[in-house]
Amino acid sequence: MSPRAACRLEALGFENVYDYELGKADWKAAGLPLEGTAVAYQTVADATRPDVPTCSPDELIGEVRERVLATGWSDCIVVDCEGLVVGRLRQAAWDLDDSTVVIDAMQSGPTTVRPDGLLDALVQRMDRRPMPLVVVTTPQGRLVGVVLREEAKRLLAGEPPEMVWAECAGCPGQWRPNHAT
Amino acid sequence: MPRAVSRAGLQRLIAEEDAQIVDVLPQQEYSESHIPAAVNIPLKDLTADTAAMLRRDKPVVVY
Repeated sequence: MSPRAACRLEALGFENVYDYELGKADWKAAGLPLEGTAVAYQTVADATRPDVPTCSPDELIGEVRERVLATGWSDCIVVDCEGLVVGRLRQAAWDLDDSTVVIDAMQSGPTTVRPDGLLDALVQRMDRRPMPLVVVTTPQGRLVGVVLREEAKRLLAGEPPEMVWAECAGCPGQWRPNHAT
Repeated sequence: MPRAVSRAGLQRLIAEEDAQIVDVLPQQEYSESHIPAAVNIPLKDLTADTAAMLRRDKPVVVY
């Protein structure tokens, strides 16, 4: 839709026209604010955990297992060199031989959702399937993070999260226990 | 030919060139959520008359 609008503006004589084709979803995915009547509703982005571990399809299970389990996660999202989601390693993969290549052990094409979707609708879907975890990507398929069903439910119930994203000067952010809980 | 712009590029255009942002989605979708400071001109209504609200000396970014 926006490419047509940009072309139309140029046809109307505007000379400095840009097309932000990724639009609101991309803006929201970056954690930037939106305005409007529905902004108060919680979206998938509000419950997205960006700290999920990742690996590449050509790594070996033996290399990935230790790294992932040390983080406390049981799943690992498989991304290519451009950050596009290509698969997901579930807990069962850790029982495979060390020499197994990730691409042979992963679930290809996992279900993904966009950050700007409504969170309560997603949680209902996750309950029906059932899915304890769902992968969040940009519209182009780039990894944003994951939503954990139980965490999302707590957020919808207005309960404080167990973990919070903490930043400090000069160091990258990280998830830490929320001492307010 | 309109140029594609990334999120970072859009933020730079807003900060440095006072870019005008135009949400071309239907009015209902705009009302529900839009990028701050964006004006709404739905694609179906984009004509010389409605575009007259935009300045020609500033960049225009559509999404």
